[in-house]
Amino acid sequence: MRTNSGVICMIFVLFLCCTTGKCKLEETKPTNSVSLDTVKPHPNDIGEPQPYPEEEQGKLPVFTMNYSRIQIPFEFTLWVLLASFSKIGFHIYQKITIWIPESCLLIGIGLIVGGIMYSVKEEPPAVLSSDVFFLYMLLPIVLDNGYFMPTRPFFENVGTVLWYAVVGALWNSIGIGLSLFAICQFEVFDLQDINLQENLLFASIISAVDPVAVLNVFEDVGVNEQIYIVIFGEGLFSDAVTVVLYSMFAFLANMPAIDSIDVFLGVARFFVVGIGGVLFGLLFGFMAAFTSRFTSRVQEIEPLFVFMFSYLAYLVAELFAISSVMAIIICAITMKYYVEENVSQRSCTTIRHVVKMLATISETLIFFFLGVVTITTVHEWNWAYILFTLLFAFLWRGLGILVLTQIINPFRTIQFNLKDQFGLAYGGLRGAICFALVFTLGDTINRRNLFVTASVSFAKVFYIKIRRTNKDLNTINVEIHTRTMEHLLCGIDDLCGQWGHYTGKTSRDSFKMFNDRFLRRILLRDRKAESSIVSMYKKLELQNAIELLDTTMGDISAAPSLLSLQDEKKEASRPKKKFKATDIRKMHDILSKNMYRIRQRTTAFTSKYSLPDDSQTREILIRRHASIRRSLRAENFREQPAQNISKSLRYYSLQPGGNLDSALPLRRRSHAIPEVDRLRSSGVSPRSSSRSLIPMSKLNTIEEKRSPVEASVASTHPLEPSSTEDHLDEVFTGSRVRGRRAPVPAARRRGQNRVDEDEDENISESQGEERHLPPRGWAPENRDLGANEAGNSLLRPSSLRSQRSWRT
Amino acid sequence: MGSRASTLLREEEIEEIKKETGFSHSQITRLYSRFTSLDKGENGTLSREDFQRIPELAINPLGDRIINAFFPEGEDQVNFKGFMRTLAHFRPIEDNEKNKNPPATEPLNSRTNKLLFAFRLYDLDRDDKISRDELLQVLRMMVGVNISDDQLGSIADRTIQEADTNGDTCISFQEFMKVLEKVDVEQKMSIRFLH
Repeated sequence: MRTNSGVICMIFVLFLCCTTGKCKLEETKPTNSVSLDTVKPHPNDIGEPQPYPEEEQGKLPVFTMNYSRIQIPFEFTLWVLLASFSKIGFHIYQKITIWIPESCLLIGIGLIVGGIMYSVKEEPPAVLSSDVFFLYMLLPIVLDNGYFMPTRPFFENVGTVLWYAVVGALWNSIGIGLSLFAICQFEVFDLQDINLQENLLFASIISAVDPVAVLNVFEDVGVNEQIYIVIFGEGLFSDAVTVVLYSMFAFLANMPAIDSIDVFLGVARFFVVGIGGVLFGLLFGFMAAFTSRFTSRVQEIEPLFVFMFSYLAYLVAELFAISSVMAIIICAITMKYYVEENVSQRSCTTIRHVVKMLATISETLIFFFLGVVTITTVHEWNWAYILFTLLFAFLWRGLGILVLTQIINPFRTIQFNLKDQFGLAYGGLRGAICFALVFTLGDTINRRNLFVTASVSFAKVFYIKIRRTNKDLNTINVEIHTRTMEHLLCGIDDLCGQWGHYTGKTSRDSFKMFNDRFLRRILLRDRKAESSIVSMYKKLELQNAIELLDTTMGDISAAPSLLSLQDEKKEASRPKKKFKATDIRKMHDILSKNMYRIRQRTTAFTSKYSLPDDSQTREILIRRHASIRRSLRAENFREQPAQNISKSLRYYSLQPGGNLDSALPLRRRSHAIPEVDRLRSSGVSPRSSSRSLIPMSKLNTIEEKRSPVEASVASTHPLEPSSTEDHLDEVFTGSRVRGRRAPVPAARRRGQNRVDEDEDENISESQGEERHLPPRGWAPENRDLGANEAGNSLLRPSSLRSQRSWRT
Repeated sequence: MGSRASTLLREEEIEEIKKETGFSHSQITRLYSRFTSLDKGENGTLSREDFQRIPELAINPLGDRIINAFFPEGEDQVNFKGFMRTLAHFRPIEDNEKNKNPPATEPLNSRTNKLLFAFRLYDLDRDDKISRDELLQVLRMMVGVNISDDQLGSIADRTIQEADTNGDTCISFQEFMKVLEKVDVEQKMSIRFLH
């Protein structure tokens, strides 16, 4: 496996070189096989004067080859494949990526290929021209950034982000440019031909922040979300800002003299560019959302609209020389919210996959070409310039962050401390995107730039390595307990709902009102259907879930079974097990790989290159529901519970399903549920977990009188026991008694008492719809899943969270 | 809801809570509005269902336990004071608090109290010991479906073995604190509450 990719790489490289070499030779003469589609009108007419006398008039060629026809797409495909194979190779060789980030490896491979090509005296394909880059390669990356951006944190921090992006970029570029210019004045370095404007130009490129680099960095530094979102947003905006600054400086570079009116115009232009970008983005975003409203019958082409509209946004913005990056980002953000509600789950997945795929390809290609081009272009290498650039870049970035943070901290609710600032500064290293920008320029100075930027990217590597600390060998205790605390903290954090809970009416609230009243009505297909259980349920891949449950869950017993508990109590003391070091290491391994991660509020945080991972979410939810299901089954066959279950068994969660002893809803319903009382009185404390189960099933059977929904539940209930009787014996030892999930009664109650959200009503209604043909074991799942509002939103992964944030 | 919130919360109450928990005035009002937004029944108290309605808690592996931690023993409703009292555990430990005269009772967000909160997540029966099965329960919750019981059992055994100094095969609170002495609990169990 390992050697294969390397071998394939080499083969491709050679093949590539050969073909590119060969085609040059072949260009000059037409091949024989073209005979069939040449201009020649009458191939059979021998007697006529022939326009191409040198062509042979012979037999029909059996085997022909026409390279020139397919040359361009063929080479393009080969390049893409080569880059992708390298990527595969890196992932197989896990160890390499630990030491060197993937981007640098790609550059390395590019260098090698470039070296080969250089020695064969070939030119790299001219695909990396400015047009190609801007029109094709930048777009997917930006789209990816915008599409997967966590919207809510972003909007809450938009002020800070803009501040850092705009002012920071200005500060950095002017600072670096001026310092470099100062350096250039020294004759020692032989750089006097570079004037101020060119320096500024260069500096404006250098000073941009690249979100790709940032993510690498932040995997090491323990960063909080505030920092993350600021950096991320800054990265996005800095693209835009850089472009503006760059064009501004380019323009200024050509002018003989600069007076104040020009500066003013520059500022005005900046605003035009920025706001225009936003407006165009919004326009196209809404158009896409509106279109998606009507595509319910043509689901296959739904993803197309997303891409076409964002591309349009980009192109139109380019037409008006407005920040196209901003346009795309805003378009993607707008679009995503509405389109994801309108569109089927498959289209949703498709869109995400394709966006990610295109972005990854583009990035891979850019890095790759970075390497190739570095070697194959004529370069001037001026050590002094490069070193000074590096120095100044870091210096000014650090200073800039300090100063800016000082100024803005009083305005922020959550302030940045020094550690945060360091993270911000550190994240300001450059990466691929800006390199490509540089490359698209074409004059002398820029070859230097080329090298500098390449070296800056390389420099990034070593910094990352330095910061990577060895993980101390924690004790197992520490590992477990810290994870517990992390989960706890996340839970409390979510509970506090700090994201966006302001005491007054904020612009967010008014936007939300506006959104609900107008936009959603216009742009969404069916305002109600969305958060309801129907669509959610459909979107949950039933097959997956069933499989997961039947295979794994069957094997997982609750925490100790009742029997073993009793055993434990009987045993005076367990013999102490000896744990070898390897065992312990294995334990660490197991824990680190299998413990649930804390929810990542910012989806892009985990990995730029992969889709947001919802498998964990799904697993947790499924486990909860499975345990509820089991508990329900148990309910139908309840016997007198064993009395000696310790109290500690009371609160099961998740493995045993969510269990909260809600005596209150019990009491509330007890008037309607005589059986509840019976059961309750029978096994009060020991089986409190099962007691808590009671309301659920009973509730539903009672509900069935009230609503047609539950009627089918009752009808399906009898079905279950027969299929699960074998389960029940084990279930019955008590260990498997799962706690119940209170949300079910909660939802009921909610539905009856107060309908504050459409969802509740829809849940009951739509369950009725769904219920007519439930798969056997699924009835309670249906209900539970449905009843849980949380389940609704959660099963569409983290991106939904941002949707919900718009909603709540 | 914002305006309604502030009228329902009286100044004296705010002062009381401020003294007891150390939150600032604006934090208390902000959290009160969160409290009322969660309180769908509008009776001034939260029940477990109100908490379970928060979707993020549903996918938190320890969600139920966290919710449970809000409710004092045996009760099913929590009022705002109780709510704040629990949340007070997560206030960051401020340096200036250490400088002032140490308050008479240990503040809710002291390191010990934070650890006690975490300890209570495990120790449901409040016997001040984490037994093996309590530990197993929590482990089961936190770990994916691919781990067999045996493996989990060994992990639990190892955990207890590491921590247990007095040989009772349970982890007491003192042992718990000892095991975590090197961990920056203050940082791991603190939330920056918005002002």
